[in-house]
Amino acid sequence: MSEADVDRNRRHFLTIATAVTGGAGIALAAIPFLSSLKPSARAQALGAPVEVPLGTLEPGEMVRVLWRGKLVFVVRRSQEMLDRLGKAVDFLRDPNSEEVGMQPEYAANEYRSVKPEYLVVEGSCTHLGCAPLAQFEVGPAEDWFGGFFCPCHGSRFDLAGRVYKGVPAPTNLRVPPYRYIQDDVIMIGAESGGA
Amino acid sequence: MARIESEIGKPQGGFMKWIDDRFPFTETMRYHATEYYASKNFNWWYIFGVLAMVVLVIQLVTGIFLTMNYKPSAEDAFASVEYIMRDVEWGWLIRYMHSTGASFFFIVVYLHMFRAMLYGSYKKPRELIWIIGMLIFFVLMAEAFAGYLLPWGNMSYWGAQVIISLFGAIPFVGEALVEIIRGDYSISDITLNRFFALHVIALPLALIALVFVHIVALHEVGSNNPDGVEIKEHKGPDGKPLDGIAFHPYHTSKDLVGIVVFMMVFSAVMFFSPDMGGYFLEHANFEPANLTATPEHIAPVWYFTPYYAILRAVPDKLWGAILMAGAVLLPLFLPWLDRSRVKSIRYRGWIYKVALGLFALSFIVLGWLGLQPAEGLYVQMARVCSVIYFLFFILMPYYTTIDKTKPVPDRVVYHG
Repeated sequence: MSEADVDRNRRHFLTIATAVTGGAGIALAAIPFLSSLKPSARAQALGAPVEVPLGTLEPGEMVRVLWRGKLVFVVRRSQEMLDRLGKAVDFLRDPNSEEVGMQPEYAANEYRSVKPEYLVVEGSCTHLGCAPLAQFEVGPAEDWFGGFFCPCHGSRFDLAGRVYKGVPAPTNLRVPPYRYIQDDVIMIGAESGGA
Repeated sequence: MARIESEIGKPQGGFMKWIDDRFPFTETMRYHATEYYASKNFNWWYIFGVLAMVVLVIQLVTGIFLTMNYKPSAEDAFASVEYIMRDVEWGWLIRYMHSTGASFFFIVVYLHMFRAMLYGSYKKPRELIWIIGMLIFFVLMAEAFAGYLLPWGNMSYWGAQVIISLFGAIPFVGEALVEIIRGDYSISDITLNRFFALHVIALPLALIALVFVHIVALHEVGSNNPDGVEIKEHKGPDGKPLDGIAFHPYHTSKDLVGIVVFMMVFSAVMFFSPDMGGYFLEHANFEPANLTATPEHIAPVWYFTPYYAILRAVPDKLWGAILMAGAVLLPLFLPWLDRSRVKSIRYRGWIYKVALGLFALSFIVLGWLGLQPAEGLYVQMARVCSVIYFLFFILMPYYTTIDKTKPVPDRVVYHG
């Protein structure tokens, strides 16, 4: 076949069509590989809710529990600690928990909890995921009324896990979904909210 | 010497001809070694490319042997490393060779990159060599990061937590991306397992492929030299560059001396101070991963600290991540940022010399700052150094244009 006999349009169409079909095939074949990178069924199952009894907690005491491999702080706040929450407000970035998604709706209140007394927050700094340290005493800094301090990059949070202004962490500590299954027992990770 | 050259160059019969009819062995040897002409005025800065290859081989061999005893699971990983250190014959040596090799890889690669900046090796026609080299650097960073998680020490765990969280700063897709990287809701056995796959299969394959391409591209355009003179522009009647000598046996035998000196330094560290006082192996990593307690003082291994210091200098999550990524990516554009007519620092004016000196200084100081706590004066210093680091690149098109250069000789010259 001489060059003159070549139907260039047809050849061009066939080249494009072959490339597109092959490309679509590769894209579809990539789906199982990429999907395999997502949390597996077992990883999801291991993310089951955990039960935390609150009865043994003294006021001002904190326990650390693991839920989905993530650290969760459960703090029993005394009345005096709750009173301090108001003082910190001026120094906070999001004092009214307006950032959606950082807490379930039922915890989007001034205490960021279902019952004011018990704070449940993820112990993972919203900057880069280090575990903040509990520093519940007031001072020595003038704007410090107790809360959580991240040793990695200096982010600060108040006693409701609300982030201070001027620190690298962008948002308040995340409140995981939880509910009271008894008066003094919570279930962390159980979606159906309310007290 | 001439005897070897002429023998390899000769068309032969027998076994070699049988091979050459089926595989271009002699032709390849000539093209890449015996008739690859590199400048005769190389100085010691030109050893680091070869040394990087040496370290790559060390890492591959020791890595294979470590894999034979290491177990990539959250349950067993830490104990299997202890097992290698205590119960496997010579296991401690193989592991220390690998961990020391990781740090030396970066020492050698940073010096190799600095050499390119000293002598303008990234400038036309070698832009692609530089870009491929930067890709090698990126893969090397990923490789080192993935490898650091494997011992499953407390610093492994929390270091990975911090670096993976960085991807969470990307708007919209960040959180989903983080979940795909981890394969779980937190760093877990699943994460460790896939980092193992990346560290021992995917990334080394990419690394080897890129090194191959790096060298093919280098041999296509030819090596630069401390004068930044194109030796191919002056060829003798035999068609060989007048200022070039064959890579083999001349450069190879010289490089052997460099390799021996390097191995002496390497061995000194490996045998007498494998942890280098906490810089090569961080002390927090001598205890297993603890999911409930971040090490009091968290810092990456020294080779990441300049970028880490830039990250911490910014009091904002997204901007910190952007500037850190920018600091890593910016050198990619060097071939086009540098508008100077000359390549080598020998013929540049004082402005570039000062700029390069400040840049090197800021990089070293940032590296030191990344190891210090992020507070007070340290953060202020990190901000100053970050500004210098970025200005070096951003202002480069300007100051390399106005900088007064000296005339470049036609042929290479010797200094001292």
